[in-house]
Amino acid sequence: MRRPDLSIIPIPMPDYLQLRVNGTTVRVTPQTVVAAAVAQAGHARFRRSVNGQMRGPLCGMGTCMECRLTINGQAHCRSCQTLCQEGMEVRTDE
Amino acid sequence: MNERALQFDIVVVGAGPAGLAAACAAAECGRRTALVDDTPWLGGQIWRGQQSHPSLPQARQWIERFSRSKATLLDSCSVLGPAGSRLLLAEQNAAPRLIQWQRLILATGARELFLPFPGWTLPGNSGPGGLQSLAKHGWPVSGKRIVLAGSGPLLLAVGAGLRKMGASIVSVNEQAPWSRLISFGTALIRWPAKLAQAARLKWTLRGTPFRCGVWPVAADGGEQVRAVTLTDGRRRWTEECDFLACGFGLVPNVELPLALGCQLTNGFVTVDDLQAASVARVYCAGELTGIAGADAALVEGEIAGLAASGRDDAARPLMARRAAWRRFRASLAAAFALREEMARLAAPDTVVCRCEDVSFERMKTFAGWRDAKLQTRCGMGPCQGRVCGAAARVLFGWGMQSVRPPLLPARVDSLAQDPIAGHSS
Repeated sequence: MRRPDLSIIPIPMPDYLQLRVNGTTVRVTPQTVVAAAVAQAGHARFRRSVNGQMRGPLCGMGTCMECRLTINGQAHCRSCQTLCQEGMEVRTDE
Repeated sequence: MNERALQFDIVVVGAGPAGLAAACAAAECGRRTALVDDTPWLGGQIWRGQQSHPSLPQARQWIERFSRSKATLLDSCSVLGPAGSRLLLAEQNAAPRLIQWQRLILATGARELFLPFPGWTLPGNSGPGGLQSLAKHGWPVSGKRIVLAGSGPLLLAVGAGLRKMGASIVSVNEQAPWSRLISFGTALIRWPAKLAQAARLKWTLRGTPFRCGVWPVAADGGEQVRAVTLTDGRRRWTEECDFLACGFGLVPNVELPLALGCQLTNGFVTVDDLQAASVARVYCAGELTGIAGADAALVEGEIAGLAASGRDDAARPLMARRAAWRRFRASLAAAFALREEMARLAAPDTVVCRCEDVSFERMKTFAGWRDAKLQTRCGMGPCQGRVCGAAARVLFGWGMQSVRPPLLPARVDSLAQDPIAGHSS
């Protein structure tokens, strides 16, 4: 729990941050979601369905679960709702 | 009272326009107020990105007003369901939370309606609103060829937005016929701001084909979308693209109201003049009560926030404004009603339930949602029927289902916090 922050007032932010997608370093701007970092790294496929079909984000708002992947070892994270953080380890297709 | 729970007079769920307005109204009445949202940001889907990059004066004004209020923000906080008397179980940053309320205002908004057609499960097909949200958070669209299809005012708005981000919009394809769009355009004269907005969007998209009475037949491309085939009911043609953005309008997120026992009418939560639902002390505002957009949501949220604070006198003068937006809501519904062909886009082997890979052919043999679910596991995957349940309503006419908590996949230690489940186990 925290007080609402006044984040519409510009605060100095780093120009970019780095994370790794399937072992490859990706450099993104702050406020980038993990799903977008995965797309920037050139991956369209996020996961395989129960019958092995390729899937990627559908709803972009956290309800369909198609964009789920592994972040820092934790499986089934919704990548469209998770902001990138420095040093994150992201794995698709697991 | 649960001593482990966070205590509030008024808890608002959903930080879109309706929830922001409700939380402001309640906090300004001096009530201990919490605003709970699933995401790390304020504004919901429609005002996504406005907190960090404000461009709409109205959004900026409400986000600032909320920030000045004494309300508590519980962000990145997913409500898993009711957990006993006036108690919600939630999960925030992987930690369980119990939230005690005296009055509850639900403003959980809407999601896009997705209807299955061959190829709709390919990576590269997403909802128009979904693609816009992703693009606002770094999804690369600059220089990409994008086809928009489906239905609703969102198609034009998203097309214009993506074009401003550098995308190349191949075409915008609305299933509703021109005749209905023209009637809607005429009716918009009563809402000059909306008419001006539509004209601006169309101007942004000048040079891009905007078609009515056209819908998708199939998306192709092996492992991701490379092309989409469209039809006007007479002929078919194929357009190459990098992304397809296809959604058939909006459906309300009624899972939490249903779990609380709120009554629905035609798929929307039934509310009275003061936005009160059929369950005592529970109020609903915004798209949950009917799809009408941000302006309607704001006034409904204010009414709910004031009414929940015992200020019916202050809520009543807002009702005339709400009545005007309800007329707009009726015009929208009439203009963008789905034509019957939309229920027949799927091929026999097209997957309808994406979580469990259940095909159209398998699902259609059942009499209803419950039967289909028990026999095929459709709707029992991680999205819990949020995608295929809404589609099944259009495809098979299956009615709105009951829901079971947890409303989202949750960690086991969160569920162990549930005072009811915890005691019974």
